Amino acid sequence: MSGILSTTGMSDIIITGFKQTLYMVFWSTLFSVLLGFIPAIILTLTAPDGLKPNKFVYEILSFIVNVFRSFPFIILLVILIPFTRMMVGKSIGTKAAIVPLTISAIPFIARVFESALRETNPGVIEAARSFGASNLQILLRVYVKESIPRMLNGIILLIISLIGYSAMAGTVGGGGVGDIAIRYGYQQYKTEYLIVCSIVLIAFVQAIQMLGNFMYKKMS
Amino acid sequence: MIELKDVRKAFGNTEVLKGISMEIQDGEIFGIIGQSGAGKSTLLRCINGLESYDDGAIIVDSTKVSIKDKKNLRQLQKRMGMIFQSFNLLERLDVYHNVALPMKFWGIPTNTPEAKEKIMNLLKLVGLEEKVHSKPRELSGGQKQRVAIARALVLDPSFLLCDEATSALDPEITKGILALLQKINREMGITIIVVTHQMEVVKQICQRVAFLSNGKVLAVGKPEQLFVWPKEHEIRDFLREGSDKLPTTGVNLKLFFFGEGNQRPVVTQMAHELGTNFNICWAKLEDFREDVYGSLVLNMKEEDLGNACKYLDKMGVTWELIKD
Repeated sequence: MSGILSTTGMSDIIITGFKQTLYMVFWSTLFSVLLGFIPAIILTLTAPDGLKPNKFVYEILSFIVNVFRSFPFIILLVILIPFTRMMVGKSIGTKAAIVPLTISAIPFIARVFESALRETNPGVIEAARSFGASNLQILLRVYVKESIPRMLNGIILLIISLIGYSAMAGTVGGGGVGDIAIRYGYQQYKTEYLIVCSIVLIAFVQAIQMLGNFMYKKMS
Repeated sequence: MIELKDVRKAFGNTEVLKGISMEIQDGEIFGIIGQSGAGKSTLLRCINGLESYDDGAIIVDSTKVSIKDKKNLRQLQKRMGMIFQSFNLLERLDVYHNVALPMKFWGIPTNTPEAKEKIMNLLKLVGLEEKVHSKPRELSGGQKQRVAIARALVLDPSFLLCDEATSALDPEITKGILALLQKINREMGITIIVVTHQMEVVKQICQRVAFLSNGKVLAVGKPEQLFVWPKEHEIRDFLREGSDKLPTTGVNLKLFFFGEGNQRPVVTQMAHELGTNFNICWAKLEDFREDVYGSLVLNMKEEDLGNACKYLDKMGVTWELIKD
């Protein structure tokens, strides 16, 4: 295996890795945003200052979110192997890495969205209520609408931390730029890989952040 | 007409409204004034159904405001536009869509020619037609409140409720907003209820006013009746017109002048006729809407009091002996 790889140029290896990183980060971001939105909405609604305060539901959900957030990713990765196998049919590979990445990102984005939503000016919610808006209308037309730029910021934060986590996904054969840095740069003492991979990751994170800032400005 | 009958409300063990009764007539500008914590904002929120009340009744045009009856409450809320101290506009919507927002809540399309005309007319009324595409953060406080007023009018309400609407604005801007409220009252026939702690607001626009203190109505009446020489201690404290600055020797007599009374040289004439001197130790002229009301306090020797009172009665001047 190392024989095949050594004949391939560094740029090809890194480009393949970058594609894998993109693949993992894209899908896990998409799934976790879609799935994390639901608990975020429930948390916002049932919070003490929400439209339907419910201490019981809020505390339970909050606890679950905290439990998942406090799992170290590398352990979650191992624990989730049976579940991953169930979802994608195998427990190793780039596609399989999406499952633990998504699972670890859901509670993170749920919290980020919750705080983004709850930052909505309570006066605006009160104004909407005074005009006879229903709770659903307030949720969509006020909470979500007003929070979009803040939620976008949260997604950027998520993408950047998923880029970091995807490096660890190399342990389950996920591949990606981070994995190349470890395998070639660290384990095979090829410092040039380490340097190039780091630069690629830094540039990627910078680009995402700049795009995020630009969109935040545009949307708010 | 809005009728309040013995409305009571408590937050936990704290009673905020202790049996409030009053009637607000159609077409008037009615003020609710009092110190912060008097319960006036809570009362307004109860009228609008943003807050429930524990006991009594609030009846708006023969429909009882009840937070449990969601359907009726919504219909009532449609008839009561509301504006707030902090404007409460949506930051991400431009002026047009902020004004249109209540229509959205009622399923009324907002980009039909009729809707556009209506919204543009309202923006013209509040003087912001050029700002139609601006975002709230590009507007000044006064402009934001104007947008909020247009928004509150977009569902054609019968009532406009103002919760400390000018408290965050400087005096010059406040005057403009108050003039706008008067115009809305006059031209559109909308009943306006103003909750405020600012005396100026009540003096400038309110036809009647209720003074709230500690969850109770202390007095209801015309502002000039309530505030030119208030009998209630709490109102006097509120106006900071304590008699502590008056001389403690002799007697203090307060004279009132309404309208044309201001033009008569009563005090100097009285001094002439009674052949004695008075010390003018306090005086005030106040505007209430279009009228000017004056009051002044004379300090005199005790033996002059009887004659002075007789003279004032003869001249038709209202007076009151100040006791402390």
